[in-house]
Amino acid sequence: MQVELLEIRQHMAQFPPFEQLSDDLLDELAGQVEVGYFQAETDIYRHGDAVEYLHYIRSGAIDLYRRNGDLYNRLSEGDIFGQFDLLRDRRVRFPARAIEDTLIYFIPLAAFQHLCEADDNFADFVEVERPRLESTVDQQRKGHEMLVTRVRKLASRAPVMVESDATVQEAAQRMGEHSASSVLVLAAPQTPDDSHAFTHEDGQLRRMVGILTDHDLRNRVLAEGRPASTTVGELIDERPITIQSDESVYEAMLRMLRNNIHHLPVLYRRRPVGVLHLSDIVRYETNSSLYLVDNIFRQPNVEGLAAMKSDVRAAFVRMVNEDDNSQMVSSSLSSIGRAFTRRLLELAEEELGSPPVPYCFMALGSMARNEQSIVTDQDNALVLDDSFDPEQHDAYFLTLAQRVSDGLAACGYSYCKGDVMATNSRWRQPLHVWQQYFRDWIDDPSPERLLHSSIFFDLDSVYGDEAFVESLQDLVAGRASQRPRFLAAMARNALNRTPPLGFFRTFVMEKDGEQNNTINLKRRGTAPLIDLIRVHALACGSRAQNSFDRLEDINKTRLLAGHSGERIRYALEFIAMVRIRHQVIDIQEEREPDNNIEPENVSDNERHNLKDAFQVLSNAQKFLKFRYPMPSQKR
Amino acid sequence: MARREQARDTALERYFDVGVPTPETPIGDVPMLAMDMETTGLDEQRHAIVSIGVVPFDLKRIRLAERRYWVVRPPRPLNERSITFHHITHSEIEQAPDLDDVLDELLAAMAGRIVVVHYRHIERTFLNAAVKARRGEGIHFPVIDTMSLEARLHRQSWWARLRRWLGRPPASIRLPDSRTRYGLPPYQAHHALIDALATAELLQAQIAHRYSPETPLREVWS
Repeated sequence: MQVELLEIRQHMAQFPPFEQLSDDLLDELAGQVEVGYFQAETDIYRHGDAVEYLHYIRSGAIDLYRRNGDLYNRLSEGDIFGQFDLLRDRRVRFPARAIEDTLIYFIPLAAFQHLCEADDNFADFVEVERPRLESTVDQQRKGHEMLVTRVRKLASRAPVMVESDATVQEAAQRMGEHSASSVLVLAAPQTPDDSHAFTHEDGQLRRMVGILTDHDLRNRVLAEGRPASTTVGELIDERPITIQSDESVYEAMLRMLRNNIHHLPVLYRRRPVGVLHLSDIVRYETNSSLYLVDNIFRQPNVEGLAAMKSDVRAAFVRMVNEDDNSQMVSSSLSSIGRAFTRRLLELAEEELGSPPVPYCFMALGSMARNEQSIVTDQDNALVLDDSFDPEQHDAYFLTLAQRVSDGLAACGYSYCKGDVMATNSRWRQPLHVWQQYFRDWIDDPSPERLLHSSIFFDLDSVYGDEAFVESLQDLVAGRASQRPRFLAAMARNALNRTPPLGFFRTFVMEKDGEQNNTINLKRRGTAPLIDLIRVHALACGSRAQNSFDRLEDINKTRLLAGHSGERIRYALEFIAMVRIRHQVIDIQEEREPDNNIEPENVSDNERHNLKDAFQVLSNAQKFLKFRYPMPSQKR
Repeated sequence: MARREQARDTALERYFDVGVPTPETPIGDVPMLAMDMETTGLDEQRHAIVSIGVVPFDLKRIRLAERRYWVVRPPRPLNERSITFHHITHSEIEQAPDLDDVLDELLAAMAGRIVVVHYRHIERTFLNAAVKARRGEGIHFPVIDTMSLEARLHRQSWWARLRRWLGRPPASIRLPDSRTRYGLPPYQAHHALIDALATAELLQAQIAHRYSPETPLREVWS
């Protein structure tokens, strides 16, 4: 066993395509890497240099350039490069330059070729030249995931272990301390060269002799009337059924079903590294976003949360490929965003102590509407109890807000450009001040004043005392519908962003005849639709925040004629879905996802439907202008 | 007995025959060997070597495939059972060979290479004492000490003196802290081979930041 190389293999085992390799292949690989250090701002390869390695970035970051000097790709920890050159002519196509101090693992050609031969998934990963959206969609079969996902990915918690001479009471206490539903039982090896022995952390040789579960404590201790002093060794069956950490999740599930067990000890060679529970698999299989949310709540610190960024993207890609429905995808992303926020607040409270007065952490904008996308910034605020005294309490809440805001930024939710964040003292106020803000906006509106405030009319609580935010929602719902000038001002702002005419060949046709080669689907599509739905919702006193829920409320009234409500729903769903699908393409082509789409990437079918959707938006905007006219200023 | 005696001499002789690069050799052309040891204590007269890790490298590449790692049994039985070595069990030590049995291989790995360590007073002193006890004559060799390279910068420069004069705490020149300054990732320490690897990476970083591949060997060795 190569304990000395754990440092290397464990790092590589976290990242594709290495995460799917067997433990043996990983060990072999770790022993063959060569290591090299590159200072920031130095060249690693020039165009045409000979390539004899696959490169793995252990730490730092590099840029790959096209020949004309344009940036081709930016890579960081866990990324690989050079695979295409190795498979082509072994010459550098994209010059590489370190942009941070960078440590690279060089995987020799022979080792690379061996991996391609020994592991089909690895070969597929490195051989496929992207783009490959269609094939990816076809590949994403549910069963496939289960066949290639390794058990170690699901069993991430270190196992709780006791000696076989411990009493069941001690075992139960350990389980309680660690909130575990099982403990692994260890004993001394029977012979010095016991083939099941491993070296425990304390340096002693140990072997795993069994597993004790909640179920055993109930059925074999309590039900049979055994004393708390019974030793664990008396209860367990020797030779437990186990699984190796590099076996597939599919195999783990089969083994549980065949043996009618719910807990499966996971071993790396002979060393126990975790316990897989049936529910781990169910959770992973049925909904990866649930699994992700659960994982978010287990992270012990901000670093752990930030490291989940790539998991979120992977879950996003998977959801879109499995489920053609923007509402499902965006509400899952919102749950994930809320989970990050809550966990950051929990961590901050653990460190800062409990809050001096009650508060509610409020989400604004897309998170409040449950319509988050993968490209999103943070919009949030703090509503504090009216007993809040800035002198005494504000230092606490400012620190709290900073922790959350910085944490969210680390997790990929960039800072709000308009400074709508709880770190801004204006948006960190007691309830009565917030109530006054809303009364001012609604009672004394002007398009200019409301330009940057419309985001506050999508509001929801994320953490803390929900009643504060509910009272604000009530205030808005009760008051806004009575104020024509407010509705008119909101309607005016909802017309600021207009859709283009549509697509022609390879460019976007603007209404004034201008041609562009890219279009921002958020700014020109979903956002204006959401804006106009919000105005109607405020007019009919809806308390809903989600655009589709609001449309339902609107359709119960006579605000919109005929089928126009349905048409708006269709247009929003369609544009949102195109936007999401193109973000998946961006991720799969290893670009940073954004809200832009390029006409040449739009299929004929999409082009046609988008043009219709833009027309729906355009008509709806005309109606909005007519329905909420600005009342004359004279009274 | 006579044959073994002769073989010992040959190993040392072979090591000395290959010689070391001249002081003027550019560091970029110098073959090196990162080395780390775990010992039972700090005094080479009373304590002994427990494990040795070495990795050959140069400024461009650290060759893990050619790494060597040995656990060796101290001449005296370990009386302090309380000493714990990460990754090494007492039974492993009890079954390990004496240093004498791995010395030929170690000397072969060192031949023609400049040894690189972090804090030279352990590796050089212990190895000298151990060789002397087993082969009759000691072994002296030049080393590059990454810790003293850090000390030059953080302990002896005018800036460091100014900081000290201002009452600021001196920068830590321990291996993990030194690595952090160069953007190198944290490793779980206390394994001779991992520490040797960590030291090799640190030297690559130090040369990249503070020196150049053309720097003559005499400027960095001690």
